[in-house]
Amino acid sequence: MNLVLHIALTHVRFRARQSLVAVAGVATGVGFSIMMAALMEGSQNDFTRQLIDAVPHITVSDDRREAPVQPAETAFDAAEIHGLTPEVRRKGIKNPLAIMASLEGWVPGAVAPSVKVQALIRYAGRDIGASVQGIDPHREPKVSAVAKQMRQGSVLSLYRATNAIILGERLAERIGARLGANLTVQTTEGARINAQVVGLFRSGVRAVDEGTAYVLVRTGQILARQTGLVNELRVRVSDPLAASGVARRIERETGYKSVAWQEAHEDLLSAFIVRNIIMYTVVGAILLVASFGTYNIISTITHEKTRDIAILKALGLREAAVRRIFVLEALAIGLIGALAGWLLGYLLTRALGSLEFKISGITDMTRLPLAYSFLHYTIAAAIALASSLFAGYFPAAKASRAYPVDIIRGAT
Amino acid sequence: MTHGPAAAAAVPGKAAGGEPLVVARGVTRILPGVVPTVLVRNIDLTVGRKELVAITGPSGSGKSSLLYLLGLLDLPTEGEVRIHGRATAHMSEAERALTRLSTLGFVFQFHFLLPEFSVLENVMLPMRALTVLAEEEMRARAGALLASLGLAEHASKRPDQLSGGQRQRVAVARALANDPPLILADEPTGSLDSASSEQVFSILRDLVDKSGKTVIAVTHDLGLAARADRRISLVDGAIVSDDWIAEGRRAH
Repeated sequence: MNLVLHIALTHVRFRARQSLVAVAGVATGVGFSIMMAALMEGSQNDFTRQLIDAVPHITVSDDRREAPVQPAETAFDAAEIHGLTPEVRRKGIKNPLAIMASLEGWVPGAVAPSVKVQALIRYAGRDIGASVQGIDPHREPKVSAVAKQMRQGSVLSLYRATNAIILGERLAERIGARLGANLTVQTTEGARINAQVVGLFRSGVRAVDEGTAYVLVRTGQILARQTGLVNELRVRVSDPLAASGVARRIERETGYKSVAWQEAHEDLLSAFIVRNIIMYTVVGAILLVASFGTYNIISTITHEKTRDIAILKALGLREAAVRRIFVLEALAIGLIGALAGWLLGYLLTRALGSLEFKISGITDMTRLPLAYSFLHYTIAAAIALASSLFAGYFPAAKASRAYPVDIIRGAT
Repeated sequence: MTHGPAAAAAVPGKAAGGEPLVVARGVTRILPGVVPTVLVRNIDLTVGRKELVAITGPSGSGKSSLLYLLGLLDLPTEGEVRIHGRATAHMSEAERALTRLSTLGFVFQFHFLLPEFSVLENVMLPMRALTVLAEEEMRARAGALLASLGLAEHASKRPDQLSGGQRQRVAVARALANDPPLILADEPTGSLDSASSEQVFSILRDLVDKSGKTVIAVTHDLGLAARADRRISLVDGAIVSDDWIAEGRRAH
């Protein structure tokens, strides 16, 4: 075996207790930072998942991003328009079936039509405003999580009764309606129908649960008083992170406003950046503290070995070789510590994942959301190795420069 | 500089025949500081093959400093040291290290064995550093060296399991690991009882007589110094006498 490696490993092995303390220091740093990263990213992923699940990845609506171009503007190079009241246009997406067929041709995912109207739900003398969405029970589960969010009944229950309606659980609570209740839905268009509650859903997002109801597309069109109306297309793409690009292409091709979930929740996503900074600061601080421990132990070992260094140099070992011995020792401690830290981190994460919490209002037991990412392990190990290298190099460089004569004189 | 009986010889170091092993010319070492300290001054010295040279002198006379300069552990402020005819003044750190490893063997007052390694491993260290021999050859050679010094049964022990005399003999074995022509010993018997001192000095004597090595030993013990071939005395960093004790040997 190479002499340098031989001496380094013998030092580490011989000073088992000190080496173990150093390894434990590194392992603790790596382990806890992995656990923290798993927890932080897990909770972020869970939040994102809930967010993505709660809404379609892309919503194509008949809204406009800019004011419509007036005929005068197209006819003349320069036209100034004052006090304009644009003509009333027919609501909805024109020719929705053709657009859907075209989207289904290239969008990696599913498309579903919906009709969105604002309505007043009246039951037992209480009136509550809600967004009533006409959906296609067969297509809707492919684009949103509503099927999974059903607490009572199912999406297909919408076919069970004439004018069937599914209410958000909190909305139902607010008006005191139960399954089977007959309530009145009235819109600003003047439409008014009697509907029967056939299901309740809970998305977990309070605003949705308090203010949303689902009906069939046909019922929605009756409420909007417009036959054949589809004013929203919901798209779910197979890769949620690619939603922005798909949304831009849909908007380019159809001309309708197409909003990806990222755009709809821009504020939350920017909050994630802040969260990530906090996470990496915390993780970095843990590793930094651990690296101080490593530095302390390696420099103590090096200091204690000053006499041996002098002898090795007197025998004929070069400065670089002496330096390598201690750097290798530090790296060996760093490497073993990082591997032990991986195991510790994994076990800690598993232990956290096995904890169950009961949160009031939710009947199911909840577990902590955790993310197992190879990146966390790589970063933690890389920082541990780098700090070990740093901790080993400087005392080693100092030791290797030591003048053997001074040390031999001092020792005799 | 005073030369005793040897003064007649033009170059005492050449008495043993062949090219001198160590030559010091006008070597001075001054420790810098607010008040610079002169460790050795204007040393002219030639040591040939198969000589046992004892360097004596009172404490602080520069004996060890001279030995470190001859052993390339320290650099002279003035003058030059030649080993095997090679000038060392302009050698790089790596060249000096290689010269120490292949040409010189050190024995110090304290054994300075590495405590984590077995006796055998300690003896093998310089061989491993030189990387000339294969592992098995190194083991065999280290084992043979230990056996020749009566330490065969202690090969697998750690240094702290040995007596002082035994440790110092291991240190001698380590100095001989790469079969260097020159052994430099700094008070090799300084920390030993008289019986162990006698044993270690006998080994050094045998190295010259039987193995043809050159040994330069710093010692306080005038009794032991009397058994050397040549005695160099230092006072205040300068050589005050350089005497051939064994006149017949010089003539030889």
